[in-house]
Amino acid sequence: MGNTAETKGKEQTALKKPKATREAYGETLLELGRKRKDIVVLDADLSGSTKTGKFAKEFPDRFFNMGVAEQDMIGTAAGLSLTGKVPFASTFAVFETGRAWDQIRQTVCYSNTNVKLVATHGGITVGEDGASHQALEDIALMRVLPNMTVIVPADAAETSSVINAIADYKGPVYVRLGRSNVPHVMPEDYKFIIGKAFVFNTGKDANIIAAGIMVDIAKQAAEILKKEGIDTGVINMSTIKPLDENVLLSVAKKSKVIITAEEHSVIGGLGGAVCEFLSENCPTPVRRIGINDSFGCSGNSDDLLNLHELTADNIVKTVKSALKK
Amino acid sequence: MSATTKSKIKDISELNNIAKSVRLKILHMLTNAGSGHTGGSLSAADVAVAIYFSKMNFNPQDPSWKDRDRFILSKGHAAPLLYAIMAEARYFPEETLDNLRQIESPLQGHPCCKRLAGVEVSTGSLGQGLSVANGIALGLRLDNNPARVYCIMGDGETQEGQVWEAAMTAAHYRIDNLCAVIDKNGLQIDGPVSKVMNIEPVADKWSAFGWHVIEIDGHNMEQIVIALDKAESVKGKPTMIIANTTKGKGVSFFENKVEYHGITPTREELAKAVVEINNG
Ligand SMILES: Cc1ncc(C[n+]2csc(CCOP(=O)(O)OP(=O)(O)O)c2C)c(N)n1
Ligand SMILES: [Mg+2]
Repeated sequence: MGNTAETKGKEQTALKKPKATREAYGETLLELGRKRKDIVVLDADLSGSTKTGKFAKEFPDRFFNMGVAEQDMIGTAAGLSLTGKVPFASTFAVFETGRAWDQIRQTVCYSNTNVKLVATHGGITVGEDGASHQALEDIALMRVLPNMTVIVPADAAETSSVINAIADYKGPVYVRLGRSNVPHVMPEDYKFIIGKAFVFNTGKDANIIAAGIMVDIAKQAAEILKKEGIDTGVINMSTIKPLDENVLLSVAKKSKVIITAEEHSVIGGLGGAVCEFLSENCPTPVRRIGINDSFGCSGNSDDLLNLHELTADNIVKTVKSALKK
Repeated sequence: MSATTKSKIKDISELNNIAKSVRLKILHMLTNAGSGHTGGSLSAADVAVAIYFSKMNFNPQDPSWKDRDRFILSKGHAAPLLYAIMAEARYFPEETLDNLRQIESPLQGHPCCKRLAGVEVSTGSLGQGLSVANGIALGLRLDNNPARVYCIMGDGETQEGQVWEAAMTAAHYRIDNLCAVIDKNGLQIDGPVSKVMNIEPVADKWSAFGWHVIEIDGHNMEQIVIALDKAESVKGKPTMIIANTTKGKGVSFFENKVEYHGITPTREELAKAVVEINNG
């Protein structure tokens, strides 16, 4: 089983100002750089946006701007790892996983090199830049690769914890971060462990398996449902590969329905992973909430979340219809 | 801890003899396997032999020795060449060559670093090796490690966009502990490189990208050795050796034949080829 929430931590975190996961990445990377000489960072002309610029400024010798050349960035990162360095390679999620997919497949995963792919601007909340910049397929693209670990942190604190954890882990990792500010959802004393889900609570009627920004939205939905007498659990499945199968199995056994919630296509991401596992191991009704096989568009992130129904209301509606209430 | 087990060979006729032996191994291995890439393994043989035996520090008993020089076969389909050299250098017993392309073999159709110690990185998807070579060279430089990095690419391979990204990177970061080679045999799968997608003027392109360019006859061992020595003395920029070669070199009936890119010798062809190479 995963960790369990402590109520006293919750109130403290709720008071803090929302913060983007990419901000936390930039800060943590800088701290890591101060502690460890083997950390090197690569970026493809987006260091201001990905926040690797902080590291670049303090450690120019260990930072490599590769220009607008994502494929070369991945190959170079793999090469650096082969000399014992721990490279973090960052750009927007669309370009990191899409443009350089074969490079990730061949020189990162097949060669099993110790490369950390930390992409920012994942999901629809990229906002105004529109569909060309909104990665809605990145988790599917990374999840299918052997040797790859896939992580989607829910808030700034979890991001810090994730970055520290993957720096100590040997092997390819993909971390998906966001552009927009997100509320703090994880308890103060939470520590991320690769492959361990965090269980806020479990429900007898429904359980929501969420990742990234959808964790907070899932918690809101569970509150509403509780008031209506529907016992709903919330689980932060921040490691999408490998899935925390123990947690999934134990909640599925108790639930009437499992809801997945992610800021990604319903095909191939968290929803896909959960369905693949449950259909073979504990067939349970599942409803997937995510982007329904479409591209995004421009708009502010709240409008986009509403347009694509990545909302607490939609989760509530979906749970009720699945339970026929 | 470790040191090189082989002293470097500078004698031209000795290097030529190793190249002969390597070519024979390639032909036997490919005939046994019944599939694999003949032409491009033979064209790059002389350059690869010179890199391994006249220049590189390595230790087959300790393949991951941290001070070793690195070799990246970016044109991974020439795997038989790499395997023949590694057998020659005693990374593994010669009999292992019989397992080329067999199920679960360390000798995969294209080099796999997770199955064969001494292979630095898995290749086979063209256009990626130079980026990896750059990364290794940068990492060595950060550690003040004087080891050098070698990378062989095909001429058709340089049609890949990533090669030119890496070309910029090597010049931008003044990567001078790297020496790349283009095995310019003029052919790719669908025909002559000039017909499929012209890459000329090759030397001008690499110089314009900021590289020191040396053009040689890629089958003249003396020219190869001189070029590799020169590359090591060039500081502040990467060196590209453009090796003018003949695809299928050493076997008259394979030479310059597009179709021998990806087919292997029959038993009869092997017998004739062995005679030619022994007499060559
Ligand atoms: C990315 C990629 N595309 C296509 C291929 C298939 N392929 C294998 S060899 C080759 C031609 C390579 O020509 P060249 O680089 O000139 O090699 P050589 O003549 O030395 O054999 C192609 C297209 C590949 N291995 N990788
Ligand atoms: Mg060629």
